[in-house]
Amino acid sequence: MKRLVILSGKGGTGKTTVAGALIKLSQSKAYADCDVDAPNLHLITRQNTEPEKKDFYGMPKAEINQDLCVKCGLCQEKCRFDAIKNKNESYYIDSFSCEGCGVCEAVCPADAVKLHKAVAGELSLYRGDGVFSTAKLKMGSGTSGKLVTEVKKGLSQTPQETQLAIIDGSPGIGCPVIASLSGADAVLIVAEPSVSGISDMERIIRTAKHFDVKIAVCVNKYDTNISNTKKIEKFCLDERLPYLGEIPYDIYAQKAINQGKTIAEVDCPSADAVKKIYEQILKIIFIN
Amino acid sequence: MADRNIKIAVLSGKGGTGKTLVSVNLAAAANKSTYVDCDVEEPNGHLFFKPTAVEKEEIFVKIPNVNKDLCIGCKKCVEFCKFNALAYGKELIVFDEVCHSCGGCVLICPQKALTEKEKLIGIVETGISQNVKTITGELKTGEASGVPIIKNLLNKAKNEKGFIFIDCPPGSACTVMESIADADFCLLVAEPTVFGAHNLSMAYELVKVFDKPCAAVLNKTTGEYNPSEDFCGKYGIEIFAKIPFDNELGEINSNGKIAVRENYSNKDLFYDLLVKIKEAVK
Amino acid sequence: MRIAIPVNEDSQKTDICPSFGRAPFFMIKNTETNEYHFLINDAAESAGGAGIKAAQLLLNEKIDAVITPRCGENSAKVLQDADVKIFKSQGSIATQNYDLYEKGQLSPLTDIHAGFHGHGG
Repeated sequence: MKRLVILSGKGGTGKTTVAGALIKLSQSKAYADCDVDAPNLHLITRQNTEPEKKDFYGMPKAEINQDLCVKCGLCQEKCRFDAIKNKNESYYIDSFSCEGCGVCEAVCPADAVKLHKAVAGELSLYRGDGVFSTAKLKMGSGTSGKLVTEVKKGLSQTPQETQLAIIDGSPGIGCPVIASLSGADAVLIVAEPSVSGISDMERIIRTAKHFDVKIAVCVNKYDTNISNTKKIEKFCLDERLPYLGEIPYDIYAQKAINQGKTIAEVDCPSADAVKKIYEQILKIIFIN
Repeated sequence: MADRNIKIAVLSGKGGTGKTLVSVNLAAAANKSTYVDCDVEEPNGHLFFKPTAVEKEEIFVKIPNVNKDLCIGCKKCVEFCKFNALAYGKELIVFDEVCHSCGGCVLICPQKALTEKEKLIGIVETGISQNVKTITGELKTGEASGVPIIKNLLNKAKNEKGFIFIDCPPGSACTVMESIADADFCLLVAEPTVFGAHNLSMAYELVKVFDKPCAAVLNKTTGEYNPSEDFCGKYGIEIFAKIPFDNELGEINSNGKIAVRENYSNKDLFYDLLVKIKEAVK
Repeated sequence: MRIAIPVNEDSQKTDICPSFGRAPFFMIKNTETNEYHFLINDAAESAGGAGIKAAQLLLNEKIDAVITPRCGENSAKVLQDADVKIFKSQGSIATQNYDLYEKGQLSPLTDIHAGFHGHGG
C-alpha cells in the first residue's frame, strides 16, 4: 500500500479540500486526518458507521495531595515550566503548563506530589467500506507527534488489497508534520500564491527533503495572484520538483464543503483542476 | 491609555483564516502600537511590516552536560528522564533535541556529575515599521517547543504602552495558550465554511477556559450561508466585523502589503474594527 | 552472543516489526544456548525518544547485535557507542533472520534515518 501525504506549510491553503477530493477520486479505502490539533476531514467525508474511540495518553501530569503538602514551595521553585501556582498559601498544578517531567515529584520532601496518567486526546477509527483514522488532541496538549503516529497506525487495519492511502497532514513544519511524513511514499504540497504562502512552502519543502519521499507541488487559488503563482512554478523548476498544476479560486468549493461534500462530488472548475492533478500524482506514485 | 497597555490576542483555531491580516492591519491602523508574532513556527507578520532597526536576540534553553570524571554510570538520570533524552552505553549520552530542559537529571545525580549548558532554540527580533513596533519570534526547525520563545516575546511587549496586538499560532495547543494567557481581549477570526465554524468552536472553547472577553471577526464572507455566523448567533458571540471576500484585498495581502497603508478602497473596515475594540475594552 | 530483533508478537513464528523504537516486543536469541525469549518493549508507549529508550532497554539486556529493517540515528548512536552491531533484516520472518545471521549472510545496516526530534516517531 502506497502512502500519499498532503502538506502545505501554511494553514488555510486548501490541504483538506484537496485531500478530500483525492480521496473521493481514488475511492480510497484508507485515509487519515493527521491534523490532530484542528481535524476537519471528517466534515467532508461522510461516514456510515460509528467510530471505535480510544483515549490517547500523552505525558503524565503532576498532582499535589493537599493533605500531605507541607507548603514548603520547593516544587514551585524547581518547576521550569511555571506549572505550579500558589493561591492563599495553597499550592496547585496548572495542568495545561505541566510537562510531566517529574521534578516536583522528585524534590517533594513530603511525598505529596505524584505523576498520573493523563488523557491528551482521543482517537477515532471508522471502519466501513474502508478505514478512516482520525484524532483530536485535547486543548493545551503538546504531544501531537505521537498522536499522529497513532492515527497512522489505524491505517494498518485496512483491507490487504488497498493500493493507496491518503493522509491529510498538519500545517507547520514541526513534529506532527515530521510524524506525518515518516513512511510516506509521496507528498503533495498545496501551495498558496501569497508572500506568506511561498515562505511557508519553502520551509516545508526543506523539511520534506530530509525524508526519502517524492515531492510534488500544486497551487491552490492560483488566480488570486498570478505573478506569485508564476514564482512558485519557477521555484519548482529550479528545484526540479514536479509542478502538477493550478486550482482556481472557486465559490462552488465553499458551497460543496458547507454541504459536507468534497469538491470532486460537484461539477465545478476546482474539481476539474484537481482531477488533472490526481492523474499526475498517480503517475508519480505508481510509475517510476 | 497613555500609561498602560491593552493586549488583544487574535486567534482562530485554524491556519489561514486571516489572523495575520487582521492583527497586522489593526496594528497599522492604530496611532502607535506593538505587533507581537507568536506563530513562532511560521511567523509571517514581518513579511508585511518589513521592519527596520532590527535587534536580534538568541533564545536558549538549558540542557545537561556531563563531567565524565565524576560520572560512575549508575544510570539514575537515564531512568529518571521522562523524555528519554539520556542513554548510557559505555558513557553517558545526552540527546539535545529530545531534552525538554526540565533540570531533573542535574538535581538527581548523586555524584553531581551533571551541570547545564545552553542550547539555541530560536531568535526574537524587534524592529520598527512606521507607527508599529514589531516583536517577532522564530523557532529553529526541529525544536521541541516554542513556548520559551513566546514567553520572551510577551515579556518584551509588557512594558509597551497602548495597543498590543498578539498574532497567535493556529490551533489550540500549549503555544496558543501561552499566547493568550495575559490577553485583555480575544478576537476570534473565522472563515465562512464548516471547517471555519468547527475551528471557531475550538478557539472559543479555549478562550472560555481562560475566561477572556471575546468577539468574532468573520473573514472572506460571500453573502452565502455562513456556518461561522450561525455559530456566533448560537453562542452569543458578538461579531465585530465582517470582511468580505474581495479580490482587491486578496491581492494586496498576497503581495505582502498592508491594506491600511495602501490605496485599499475599504480600509475603513479596519479603522471601524479598532473603534469597536476600544469601546469593548473600556 | 545475544541477538535482538524488533517483532510484532511474542511467539516464535512472529514477523518483524517495521519500527525499531515502537516495536511491541523484542525477540532475543542466545546463540550459545539456542534459546529464545521475548522482551516487552516499554519504549513503545513513550511520547518521544522511543528509539533511544528501546536501545537502552537492549543495552540493559546485554545484547551484542540487533537485526532490524530500520533504525533511527538516535537509537543507532546508543547501540554503536556500546559496540552493538546493527544488521539489516531480510524478508519478514524473525527466525529466518537468525539463520541468515549465523550463516554470515546478513549485511550491516547502513542507511540510518534521521531522528524524529523526540516527538512521536
